[in-house]
Amino acid sequence: MSEALKELAAVLEAKQSDAVVSTSIDFGELSVVVTNACLLDFIEFLKGNSACQFTTLVDITAVDYPGREKRFEVVYHFLSMVVNQRIRVKVMIEEEEHIESITSIHVCANWFEREAFDMYGILFANHPDLRRLLTDYGFEGHPLRKDFPTTGYVEMRYDETEKRCIYEPVKLTQEYRQFDFMSPWEGAEYILPGDEKKDT
Amino acid sequence: MEGSNGDTIGMDEKVRNFSINFGPQHPAAHGVLRLVLELDGEIVQRADPHIGLLHRGTEKLMESRTYLQNLPYFDRLDYVAPMNQEHAWCLAIEKLTGVEIPRRASLIRVLFCEIGRILNHLMGVGSQALDVGALTPNLWGFDQRESLMIFYERASGARLHANYFRPGGVHQDLPEKLIADIQTWTEQFEPFLQDFEGLLTENRIFKQRNVNIAVVTKQDVLDWGLNGVMARSAGLAWDLRRSQPYECYSEFDFKIPIGKNGDCYDRYLMRLEEMRESIKIIQQCIVKLDKCKGDDVLARGKLSPPKRADMKTSMEALIHHFKLYTEGFHVPAGEVYVAVEAPKGEFGVYLVADGTNMPYKVKIRAPGYLHLQAVNYLATGHQLADVAAIIGTIDIVFGEIDR
Repeated sequence: MSEALKELAAVLEAKQSDAVVSTSIDFGELSVVVTNACLLDFIEFLKGNSACQFTTLVDITAVDYPGREKRFEVVYHFLSMVVNQRIRVKVMIEEEEHIESITSIHVCANWFEREAFDMYGILFANHPDLRRLLTDYGFEGHPLRKDFPTTGYVEMRYDETEKRCIYEPVKLTQEYRQFDFMSPWEGAEYILPGDEKKDT
Repeated sequence: MEGSNGDTIGMDEKVRNFSINFGPQHPAAHGVLRLVLELDGEIVQRADPHIGLLHRGTEKLMESRTYLQNLPYFDRLDYVAPMNQEHAWCLAIEKLTGVEIPRRASLIRVLFCEIGRILNHLMGVGSQALDVGALTPNLWGFDQRESLMIFYERASGARLHANYFRPGGVHQDLPEKLIADIQTWTEQFEPFLQDFEGLLTENRIFKQRNVNIAVVTKQDVLDWGLNGVMARSAGLAWDLRRSQPYECYSEFDFKIPIGKNGDCYDRYLMRLEEMRESIKIIQQCIVKLDKCKGDDVLARGKLSPPKRADMKTSMEALIHHFKLYTEGFHVPAGEVYVAVEAPKGEFGVYLVADGTNMPYKVKIRAPGYLHLQAVNYLATGHQLADVAAIIGTIDIVFGEIDR
């Protein structure tokens, strides 16, 4: 299996040298990082080339790395039922950068891209209908970004006097607790209550 | 038109299309689906599904919980067949950590995955029949589901949200009596299926409502990313249990039903056939389980708790137990995509680990998501009444679509 993947990686590097930034095989899975500019050509190649035939789009998602200069990694998974292989394609983009929609090649990318826009705020150029998908009507923000709090910003309740649903800022009766079990012997630096005044 | 008095429509006037809301409180919407339908008379012109009414932010929540704490979220995705979802999560962790699970655990997993498939198909076929007007099959199906849920309860302690599969194996071994009872149950299932089929297969109304409705071709399957029964109904022999075998599926003898016409009626027949194949797998499992009686069901190591008896005497075991259930285990950095053949299709987990005790990013890839996306394509040109049959046949559950 991994021999076939190595061959495939070599083919991709040779035939799509403009697009491919790097390839790697980990845990028996092939990942290819491609440039944003060549994405459409590359995916067209994956679908059409007889050695690849990645005709099924499995998934599109994004990963947020706030520390990186190119913050988002858009991840595509493809499956080829003919050669029975999977491939992962990754594109790194900056926060405000557009990425080309692949709905013209794979129709079913539509909802995946809408979801990535909804959850991460990734802007897909030439998408037929880039609306929010999973979040509430009128929702603000992009919840799967790492800087979005798990509790969110607003909460909804039915107001008896106004006879309608109203949105209010989140009020927590108890502070949101995030337990950190990192062992102090493994490099965690804890500031115990009271200790923060020690050095001042 | 000359002399028109207002109640006739002239040639140059246009009939406006009619928009209706199907759901979110419609019994045939299988949960909370809001479908905005644009109708020309009774013919559907466009269907725009609005989803997210059951969105609970599972993927966000998972980023702030340990790997073990995340497991129960998977029961709550496709709550019709909970253990099949857990399976994908456990396989993803095992792939990243490189853990091999004991044979007995592997067999138990296969056994319960197939029970999950039957649970799902009974519900799917039953409610499809209900959507087109037959009440009895659904009730009969629920009767059988009840027995299966009792098996779930006897294995894991919970009827629905089992939390039974664990990274490294399964939580506990099965009692002998339970295995014997599952065997007895499988023997009465074939007569039940024949009764069940007797109600529907040659039923005139059922056929009129399902034959030639929502026909999918091989090209549609590729374009819309359809999988599972939907893909196989178009004649594509694609089942992950066979084509990319995981767990110990490769050593089982079972057939994969393939459809001919790709319509709702084909998919109904295939689901029945798949249940028969699942029964075969379960019976083979029971024979194989008999050969490894009393073996351990967890790969004892960092991922799984120590044996209870060890904790009474060994300090290290006690510390390990405490650390496992507070801090949780650490998963080495890396990323994997693992897919299992869930009853509805390919259920996948894309897991990015950063070496800590919590996942950095999890993406859950649900089969129903793509099927629902294709509703616009499938329903266009059909009558309003067929929308219920189409939603029934794509077998959607909102737990996994909305996440």
